[in-house]
Amino acid sequence: MSDLLKVTIDGKSIEVPPGTTIMQAARQLGGKYPPAMCYYEPLKNTGGKCRVCLVKVAQTSEANPRPMPKLVASCITRVEHGMVVENETSPEVLDARNGVVEFLLINHPLDCPVCDQAGECDLQNLSYEHGHEQTRYEEGRREFERIDIGPYVQLHMTRCILCYRCVYAADQLTGQRVHGVLNRGDVSEIGTYIQQSIENEFSGNIIDVCPVGALTDKTYRFKQRVWFSKPFDAHRDCDKCCGKVVLWMKGDAIIRVTARKNEFGEVTDFICNDCRFEHKQASDWSIEGPRDIIPESVIGANKYELPVVSPAVNVDAKFVSE
Amino acid sequence: MATKILLENLAVEGIRAIDTYMANGGYRAVSKALKEMSPDQLVEEVKASGLRGRGGAGFPTGMKWSFLDKKSDKPRYLVCNADESEPGTFKDRYLMERIPHLLIEGMITASYALGANTSYIYVRGEMMSVIRLLERAIAEAYAKGFLGKNILGSGYDLELYVQPGGGAYICGEETALLESLEGKRGNPRNKPPFPAVSGLYGCPTVINNVETIASVPWIVNNGGAAYASIGLGKSTGTKLISACGNIRQPGVYEIELGLPVEEFIYSDAYCGGIAEGRELKAVVPGGSSVPILPKELILKTAAGEPRLMSYESLADGGFVSGSMLGSGGFIVFDERACIVRNLWNFTRFYHHESCGQCSPCREGTGWMEKVLHRIEHGHGKMSDIDLLVDVAKHIEGKTICPLGDAAAWPVGSAIRHFRDEFEAHVKHPDSCLAKHLHGAYAHAVPIMEP
Repeated sequence: MSDLLKVTIDGKSIEVPPGTTIMQAARQLGGKYPPAMCYYEPLKNTGGKCRVCLVKVAQTSEANPRPMPKLVASCITRVEHGMVVENETSPEVLDARNGVVEFLLINHPLDCPVCDQAGECDLQNLSYEHGHEQTRYEEGRREFERIDIGPYVQLHMTRCILCYRCVYAADQLTGQRVHGVLNRGDVSEIGTYIQQSIENEFSGNIIDVCPVGALTDKTYRFKQRVWFSKPFDAHRDCDKCCGKVVLWMKGDAIIRVTARKNEFGEVTDFICNDCRFEHKQASDWSIEGPRDIIPESVIGANKYELPVVSPAVNVDAKFVSE
Repeated sequence: MATKILLENLAVEGIRAIDTYMANGGYRAVSKALKEMSPDQLVEEVKASGLRGRGGAGFPTGMKWSFLDKKSDKPRYLVCNADESEPGTFKDRYLMERIPHLLIEGMITASYALGANTSYIYVRGEMMSVIRLLERAIAEAYAKGFLGKNILGSGYDLELYVQPGGGAYICGEETALLESLEGKRGNPRNKPPFPAVSGLYGCPTVINNVETIASVPWIVNNGGAAYASIGLGKSTGTKLISACGNIRQPGVYEIELGLPVEEFIYSDAYCGGIAEGRELKAVVPGGSSVPILPKELILKTAAGEPRLMSYESLADGGFVSGSMLGSGGFIVFDERACIVRNLWNFTRFYHHESCGQCSPCREGTGWMEKVLHRIEHGHGKMSDIDLLVDVAKHIEGKTICPLGDAAAWPVGSAIRHFRDEFEAHVKHPDSCLAKHLHGAYAHAVPIMEP
């Protein structure tokens, strides 16, 4: 008997090792997997908070064919042998997801036209797919006092959906976490409590893990809409991190450096602040080639030209020959 | 006279002191349990008693205890949940204030049954007087040798601590309580793992309500079968009911489960009827989070049977025509009461107490409160009523912990049973508003005299 567990999601079956969550199984299956706003696979303990990944378990396991009484968060629920899960095929799930997206949006400022995250925002994608066209919310939206968290990261608390990803990122990537969630309920906010700036070598990663425009790159503010910039894979020798990054170019100028993300929008290798903020010259990097962007993204392909090759720019021989 | 298990010695003068408490049969259960019974026997007795959790969910206590992971070599903990903050519920506070040693005795016997050598009583931060009383009682118990090393020569050690909370309703949710006890932000945890496997500091933990633990000494002394013979069906034993609202005799009453609701409201031994000879309008039978029931459904079930004070009878009819026994916070409304204003008040509470961790509860509770505030203050629309139902539906069952359900149930039930009142608020805002500003209710913000 194999140790693999068989799970069926929306009619498609897959065998996965024990300990796999429904979300992981669904991602392996491909097709429509549940969305995630708070779950972030590279960070431990994330998940369970945003509730957009709710799915229906129609059959708990082979031994226990009863359905689970409530919708469950697919990112934290582990699969059992013979589990049957309904994601996109269940109207109940879609209705719940609609509701959660509505909740996430009622206090969101919807200032996408001036938000740097627009175009690569998980909340935008999510509401495009599951949101209502019109809001039913007539009350005032919540506002916060602005706080400055240092020279690199811009905090827009009004846009935050309290996914806690940046808290876990600071816990797990940096030596000491200096920010966290203050207060309670719908007035809870990300803050540093005594208004100190977030400064350490990996603090820039909180920008990459943020699913919305709450934490954005101060050095990139208002430089360019993301879909007009051109992403290139590049690397450099860095003694602090892997040095593998994505350069976002405007003409020949590097206007932003981010970590590389996989198809699920999750960072594959976290990078240090040195690479992210301090190396904006093309001569600092070895460019590997255009970055593959998933076809659904507005940051589409088909707009690449070779960067102007000057002696100062190290372009990989492979890329030039192509 | 009905059987008294918890409040038997309530009237004894000086029962708070350990000597008087012992003279009235106190701490017999400790010596009996530690000297004559094995921990497993104790768990079996509690299972046989049919005792159910008195904090609100009504889960069988013996079964909860048997889920405790005894195979792991980690230490085990017993935590008493004394973070009583549900509006309408004040039974635990009453019990701890009047007879603090009953809880200590229960903690010792229950800890012994579970094999816990360190136990905590997590008390709501606002109840400082209770915290001081419990600390004094614990010091007395240590002095008599009921706590500490080698209790009564049995070789069993127990350290008991009182931990004041910060005054958050959410910390009454068991996993949020554990987080708070560990010194973290009081956010509920994702389950599984359940506390019985990984609770306090990642160790197997049982969390029980004050009243549940205080029932254990009687079960030890008299046996589980004797406890099971009291009450009705699966609702065994007695329950403390904190009755409040517009009744003649508000207070905490110990009832045998299975007492007719009508008798509880109108009998002089209990609530004594509605104050000033008014008519009963509605009852919230189990603390603010359970569904409200109008007069005709609280006195009789939908099938016409008399409604009884028991887990099953109050839940009869599901949420369409039933409610829950919950934590026993029995809130009575008379004919003057405005259901809309009351619902706004409840929702305001849940909005204030939501921890903000998961989206439906964080955003939805605030939304409902704002809409209800609008309706109550004369700016409502007809579409708001259906909006409230829909928002409540999208919160219920979608959250990490039961606070979302607790916030959604009162909204759904109030609109289900009293929709006409909401419509009246929308149609005639002025008269509804005038009634409140010059009538039954105190001003939220006092108006200054000219």
